[in-house]
Amino acid sequence: MGRHFLWLLVLPFIGLLWLPFYNFHDPVLLGFPFFYWYQLAWVPVTAFLTWIAYRTYSHED
Amino acid sequence: MKTEPDYYAIAVFLYFFALVTVLGFVASHWHRPKTQASLDEWGLGGRQFGTWITWFLVGGDFYTAYTVIAVPSLVYSVGAYGFFALPYTILVYPFVFMVMPKLWQVAKDNGYVTAADVVHGRYSSRLLEAAVAITGVVATMPYIALQLIGMAAAVKALGFEGEWPLIAAFLVLALYTYSSGLRAPALIAFVKDIMIYIAVIAAVSLIPGKLGGYAAVFEAADQAFKAKGSGSILLQPSQYIAYATLALGSALAAFMYPHTLTGIFAAKSATTIRKNAVMLPAYTLMLGLLALLGYMGHAAHLKLASNNDVVPALFQTLFPGWFAGFAFAAIAIGALVPAAVMSIGAANLFTRNFWKAYVNPKVDPAGEAGVAKIASLVVKVGALLVIVYLPTQFALDLQLLGGLWILQTLPALIFGLFTRWFTAPALLAGWAVGLFGGTYLTWTDGLKPLHLLSVGSFSATVYVGIIALVANIVVAVLVNLVVPRKVSVEAA
Repeated sequence: MGRHFLWLLVLPFIGLLWLPFYNFHDPVLLGFPFFYWYQLAWVPVTAFLTWIAYRTYSHED
Repeated sequence: MKTEPDYYAIAVFLYFFALVTVLGFVASHWHRPKTQASLDEWGLGGRQFGTWITWFLVGGDFYTAYTVIAVPSLVYSVGAYGFFALPYTILVYPFVFMVMPKLWQVAKDNGYVTAADVVHGRYSSRLLEAAVAITGVVATMPYIALQLIGMAAAVKALGFEGEWPLIAAFLVLALYTYSSGLRAPALIAFVKDIMIYIAVIAAVSLIPGKLGGYAAVFEAADQAFKAKGSGSILLQPSQYIAYATLALGSALAAFMYPHTLTGIFAAKSATTIRKNAVMLPAYTLMLGLLALLGYMGHAAHLKLASNNDVVPALFQTLFPGWFAGFAFAAIAIGALVPAAVMSIGAANLFTRNFWKAYVNPKVDPAGEAGVAKIASLVVKVGALLVIVYLPTQFALDLQLLGGLWILQTLPALIFGLFTRWFTAPALLAGWAVGLFGGTYLTWTDGLKPLHLLSVGSFSATVYVGIIALVANIVVAVLVNLVVPRKVSVEAA
């Protein structure tokens, strides 16, 4: 696999550092305003993107 | 908040504290090497920590007791703005994934123990090495002191007054770190992290039920901020850049600290570090939910003497005594792990980049371990004296500046992994401009982390660490272009 998968790791920076994307109250999910659940959702999404990047490396152990 | 002693809480607290003390001393027998008498063994646990040990150690070391107390406290007092800890602790991992395996490889191949070792090896500059080493030690000292503040909040909630419990806990910590080195916090981190997970999961799943659900918690916080006239559960547009730059700057600074780098260098392989970049965000999820304890404090209508009491007060008000004792033990033990690793990281810097560089270049591995053990004691006593004799605000201000300072070592430490273009004088000039310029800005702003930048009609509030880092890099590039390079002097 090529290393261009590493570019996926740029996505969290764009998604989290541009505040106009998510500084809203609605839609509310399970009582959480959008501002909160959107950022919390980036935790598993970033872990998943990092896992895809991880798979492009050979594993020595 | 009530202060009469709850004996169930105290008994549970003391039980767990005794347990980790025993573990700390037993740790020297764990994966026992032929000899503990080398810095690789004492200071890096033999560079053999696999995926799970690294996960618990770095998790226990990076998400500290102070974090557990301070993040909810900030969210309690200012609202959404305090939540920047979440994007910060998300963005740190793509950075770790891209950079730290390379750094680990360089350290492993050359037997480097500290960031300043790496810098000296790359640039053969004693000055740049000293700049990175001194910045590391100075930025770490107030961080250790802050762990004591986190511990003090938990101990105070149990009803103990005065400084003696802190002093006793720190003496015990100092002794087992001395005898077991990095193995002690690595082993204790297992207990600490599992306890913290249990306490936080219980808190975020049970407390909202007692307060009418998450919607009611956010509603109560919103009302409280409106009544107070400051803070909000959403950001003002004027806070966007401050929020983003604080998150980014903190993420870049986080793994420049000696304690986080010690966790990285102690890993067994580059793959171990990459796996951890995938797995460590589990702690971030916990931190994000923990931050909401700040809002639960509003929903529970707590009356607090200090914002730092919000987490202990919630546990004390809403849980039975034995579970509050468990949670406080988790927080107090949560202070010991990072404090131990921080003192080890600082001791490694002193030994390698001061003692070996200037005092005794011929020191053998056993001698290095001996010097580092003594240095770790001195560092901890220093942090204790700071907390006992100086105002708390002093440690907080120094910690704020520490983040700005440590961030200025990034170009010297990291750029060399990716390019051979930069020279030592250029990086040193950049470091000096970033560090002293940033400190000056913070000082003239009354020790605030944010600075109002105006360029023409555009103005924005920006985290000083980022301003200083940009200045640092610009100066390094300019000096590099102007000053001729001496190719022959470069180290391989």
